[in-house]
Amino acid sequence: MTQRLKLSVLRHGPLLTTITIFLLAYIIGAQLYPAMQRPQAFFNLFINNGFLLILGIGMTFVILTGGIDLSVGGVLALTTAASAALLNLGVSPLVVMPLMLVMGTMIGLGLGSLIHFFKVQPFIVTLMGLFFARGLAYIISLTSVTITDPLYKYLALTPIYLPFFAKAYIYIPTLVGPALLVVAVYLAYFTRFGRIVYAIGNNEQSAALMGFPVGRTKVLVYAFSGFCSALAGIVFSISLLAGYGQFATGVELDVIAAVVMGGTLLTGGVGNVIGTLFGILIEATIISILQYNGTLSSWWTRICVGVLTLIFIGIQSGFALRKKKS
Amino acid sequence: MADPQNLITVSGVSKAFPGVIALEGVEFTLRKGEIHALMGENGAGKSTLIKILTGVEQPDTGRIELENSAISIRSPQHAQDLGISTVYQEINLCTNISVAENIMLGHEPRRFGGIHWKKLNELARQALARLGIELDVTQPLGIYSIAIQQMVAIARALAIASAKVLILDEPTSSLDANETARLFAVMRSLKQAGIGIVFVTHFLDQVYEIVDRVTILRNGRFVGSFEIAALSRVELVAKMLGRVVDELQALAHDKDNSAQQTDNNQLIKASGLGLRGALEPLDLTVGVGEVLGIAGLLGSGRTELASLLFGIATPDSGSLVIDGQPVTRFSPQALIKRGVALCPEDRKAEGIVGELSIRENIILGLQGRYGWFKFIGRQKQTEIAEKYIKLLGIRTPSPDQLVKNLSGGNQQKVILARWLVTQPRLLILDEPTRGIDVGAKAEIQKLVLELVKDGMSIVFISSELEEVVRISDRIVVLRDHAKVAEYDHAVSDRTLMQTMAGEA
Repeated sequence: MTQRLKLSVLRHGPLLTTITIFLLAYIIGAQLYPAMQRPQAFFNLFINNGFLLILGIGMTFVILTGGIDLSVGGVLALTTAASAALLNLGVSPLVVMPLMLVMGTMIGLGLGSLIHFFKVQPFIVTLMGLFFARGLAYIISLTSVTITDPLYKYLALTPIYLPFFAKAYIYIPTLVGPALLVVAVYLAYFTRFGRIVYAIGNNEQSAALMGFPVGRTKVLVYAFSGFCSALAGIVFSISLLAGYGQFATGVELDVIAAVVMGGTLLTGGVGNVIGTLFGILIEATIISILQYNGTLSSWWTRICVGVLTLIFIGIQSGFALRKKKS
Repeated sequence: MADPQNLITVSGVSKAFPGVIALEGVEFTLRKGEIHALMGENGAGKSTLIKILTGVEQPDTGRIELENSAISIRSPQHAQDLGISTVYQEINLCTNISVAENIMLGHEPRRFGGIHWKKLNELARQALARLGIELDVTQPLGIYSIAIQQMVAIARALAIASAKVLILDEPTSSLDANETARLFAVMRSLKQAGIGIVFVTHFLDQVYEIVDRVTILRNGRFVGSFEIAALSRVELVAKMLGRVVDELQALAHDKDNSAQQTDNNQLIKASGLGLRGALEPLDLTVGVGEVLGIAGLLGSGRTELASLLFGIATPDSGSLVIDGQPVTRFSPQALIKRGVALCPEDRKAEGIVGELSIRENIILGLQGRYGWFKFIGRQKQTEIAEKYIKLLGIRTPSPDQLVKNLSGGNQQKVILARWLVTQPRLLILDEPTRGIDVGAKAEIQKLVLELVKDGMSIVFISSELEEVVRISDRIVVLRDHAKVAEYDHAVSDRTLMQTMAGEA
C-alpha cells in the first residue's frame, strides 16, 4: 500500500507541484495586495487569460505527441483580423464564427499533413505557419479594425453574475476555456484518440507496431490545435472588439512555457491539460500581481515565468529520475 | 499439397534492398500447434522474413498463404487483423500508459462513447491471468521489469481476438533462467491451444528444449527446414555457418607456432567478470604479446565480453586487472588511458566517420587520446597518416580520400590505424574480417600476427573458426553468454564447433 502511495505521488508529483506553486503565488499576491483577496480578482484571471487557456489546451495535445505548434499566435491574429473585416462587410457573426473555426482547423490540418506526410520538423512547419498566418492578417488590414457588430458587443459587455459570490461576474466568452477543458479531459482520458496521443509521444514506432493509426492521429492533433487557435481568436476579438495582425505577438512562447510548467514534457508522452490550466493560472497570477503593483515593468512577467519554468523543469527531472530508480 | 494443418506457407519469397539481396527464394511453413525456430547468423535474413510476415515490408516476389489461401499483408495492423501477432525483441509497447491500456488499446471496451475503464482493466487482468500473471494493471508499464513487459506484449498479441500465429522475435535475450522457464510454460500452453509459434532465437539449448522444427537461413538464402529431433547440434551449427561437417574433419591447419606462450607475463586478468543478463561471470587472461581468440555464435556473449573489457558496460561482478592494477572506473575513456582499444563489430555505425578523410579519421584517434585542445599541424597529420597507410597497406590515392569511398577491408584498416596511432597495449578486434574479401582478410590476419610480435596483446573475436584457430595462441569458447571451454591453438575446427554447439 505504501508502495502504491509512493508510486502515485511520483506519478502526480509534477501536477501537485504546479498546483502548489499557483496557490503560493496567489497567496503571496493576496498578502501584498489585499485587492487580490476579492473573488472577482480570481475570476479576472479567467476573463483576461481565457484565450491563453484555449491555446494551451490545443498546445498540450501537440506537445504530448512530441511535437510543437508555433503557429497558434499567428492563427489567432489572423482570426481576429479576418473576423473584423468580414463583420464590417456585414456578414452575419453566426456565419463568421463557424467560418473562422473551419479556417483554423484547415490550417492545422495542412500543417499536420506537411509534418506527417513530408516528414518535416514540426518546429519549421509551424514556424512557417506562424509567418503565413500573421502575414495574411496584415494583408487584410495594416491597422487595427474596430468591430461594431451588435452580437459581438453583446457578448463582450454583458456580465454574468455568479451565484455564491457577491458581485462577482464573468463574461460569456470566459466560459469557453473551462468548457473546452472539460471536452479536452474527456478526449484525453476517455477516447482512443487521446490514449493514442499519449502512446505516440512515448514511442512513435511502438505505437505504429501496436497497430495504431499514428499518421491520422498526428494530423488530427495539429488540426485540433488550429481549431483551438481560431476559437481563441474569436474570444480575443470579442473581448477587445477589434481585429489586428499584431495581436498576441509572441504568445506561442507564453503558451509553451505554461504547458511545460503544467508538467507536460516537451519530449512527449507525459502531462495533462489540468496541469496546463494551472500553468496558465500561474502566468496569469504573476501578470496580475504586477498590475496591482503598477510600478514594475511588465517584463518582470517574462522574468518570473522564465525562472519558474526552469525551476519547474528541475523538479520534473527530479521526479523522473526517482521514478526510474523505484 | 493443401494440408489443413498448414497455418502459414511462404514460397519463393525474395526481397532486395538497395545494394543488398536480403532474401532469395525463401520457403517456410508453419503448422498449427507447433513451435518453429527461425535461425541464422547476422544478415541471414531472419528479420526481413519477419518484417514481411508482419506487413512492415512487402516481398518483391513469392507467395504467402494463410490457411492455404493466398494473402498479401499490407501493414502491421492488417497482419493483426489476419491473426498474425508479433512480439518484437525490443518490446514495442508504450511505457507511459498503463499495463491495461497496453494490452487492450485498439479494441477497448466502450461505454457512452468513451472508454469503459473498469471493464478494460478487468479484461486486461484476465488476459494476464491466462498467462499466469497477476499484477496491478492500472500502473504504467514502465515500472515493471523487462520480463513482465514481455509477458504483457504476449498478452496483447493474444488479446487480439483471432490470433492464430504468434511471432516471438528473440523473446528470451533479456530474460534470466526463471523468466525464460515461465515464458516456455506459456508457449507450451499456447501450442496446446493450436496456435503456431515462430520463435527466433540464438540460444541452442532453448531450441532443443522447446522447438518442434527449425528453419535455417544463411545470407538471405533458404538452407532448409528440419525436424529438430533429426538434427544434431553440430549439423545445426554447420548449416548456420555454411560448412559441411565432413569437410571440416579433413581440414588440416598449420598454425604458426613461433608465437610464444607467455603465461607469466599477464597483461589482462579478469576474475569472475560478469554482468547480469549479458555475461555469466568468467575468468580470462591475456598475456603480453598473445592472441586470445574468442569463438562463439552470434548472441553467445562475445560482443558483451568486448564491451566489458572496453568499459562500455560496467560489470556487476568480478574484477578486471590490467598490468597488475585493478580497473576501478569502467568507461571507454578510462580504459583507453590504460591502453585498451576496441574495433567494434559494426564499423559503419560505431567505428569510422565516412564523411571525413583517412587522415582526419586517423588523427581523431590521437585527438581522443591527447584531448581536443592539442593542435596537430597539418604537415604532421599528413606524415602520420602516410606512415600508417604504408604500414597497413591501405590502398588509396591519397590520405585525403574520404573513408566512405574505400572498400570494406580498407575501411577496417583505417579503424585499425586510428587505434594503432594511440599505441594501445591491448587491441580488441570484434569480427574484424566480416564482410571483407578474402585477400584483405589474409592481410588483416598477417597484420595481427605482426603486431603481436611487437609485444601488443590482442583479443580476436570472430565467428570464422578457421581464422580463430589460425592466429590465436589460446581460444576461449562462449556459448549462451557463458565461457564453456578454453583450448590451446592445437584445437581442431570440429572440436570448437562441437563446443560452440554444446555437444562436447
